[in-house]
Amino acid sequence: MHIFANPARFLRLARPLTAWLGWSGAALIAAGLAWGLLLAPPDYLQGETVRILYIHVPAAWLGMAGWAGIAVASLMQMVWRHPLAGVAARALAVPGAVFAFVCLATGSLWGRPAWGTWWEWDGRMTSMLVLLFLYIGFVALAEAERERGGEGRLAAIFGLVGAVNLPVIHYSVLWWRTLHQGQSIGLTGSSIDGSMLRPLLASTLGFSLLFASVVLMRMRAALARQKVEARMKRMAT
Amino acid sequence: MNPWPFVFAAYAVALIGTLGLAGSSFAAMRRAERAADALKDPR
Repeated sequence: MHIFANPARFLRLARPLTAWLGWSGAALIAAGLAWGLLLAPPDYLQGETVRILYIHVPAAWLGMAGWAGIAVASLMQMVWRHPLAGVAARALAVPGAVFAFVCLATGSLWGRPAWGTWWEWDGRMTSMLVLLFLYIGFVALAEAERERGGEGRLAAIFGLVGAVNLPVIHYSVLWWRTLHQGQSIGLTGSSIDGSMLRPLLASTLGFSLLFASVVLMRMRAALARQKVEARMKRMAT
Repeated sequence: MNPWPFVFAAYAVALIGTLGLAGSSFAAMRRAERAADALKDPR
């Protein structure tokens, strides 16, 4: 990881990776969603509404993975002061917020036909809503620090402290009585049938690759803006 | 209750969000990199 902390070395790797990750992600998303919508069977209990699974689960995973990335980048910024760590954390925030929102919206659209309600203040849904608010707070704080010319240490502390919410989201279905179903996929296996699991894995991998491509795009944009700002400052003095 | 309007609405939210995010990030990257390239010394 330390090797890529150099912006020039990072850009040499990021330029070809951005397009490769973006196009392969888009292709896998198209295949996974077509598979999930047209070929996968309906659920014996929920019927056709189960097809929301193929977008809801990747969105939930990326909403949480985005903040895990922010926490790791914030730690690297605090401990090793890597020049790219703060850029990476800021680049992760908006994509993470978008997927946290998509997770909440698709969950609500799934909840109405499945549970008879758009929203329930239970542990899983409330902690996911808290994650969305944390993202909004992080974006505002990081932007305010950047405009003041700060190093982004306050945002890094916020990124680390906010990671406390991740285990709360994960274990909420075990800790509290909830409408939301328990864990279906673990490291050792899955309770989902293979005919549904395969398109789910395809769409999850596709959205993850596209997410990585978007983060690289935002990091490249931030580095280019820093370059322009540094040049403007040199010209002004 | 007909499930399809909910399924299509969920897919629309996900696709609009994803395409909007990817498109705006790509446009911001191109704009910023063009501005940085324009500042390069012509020598």
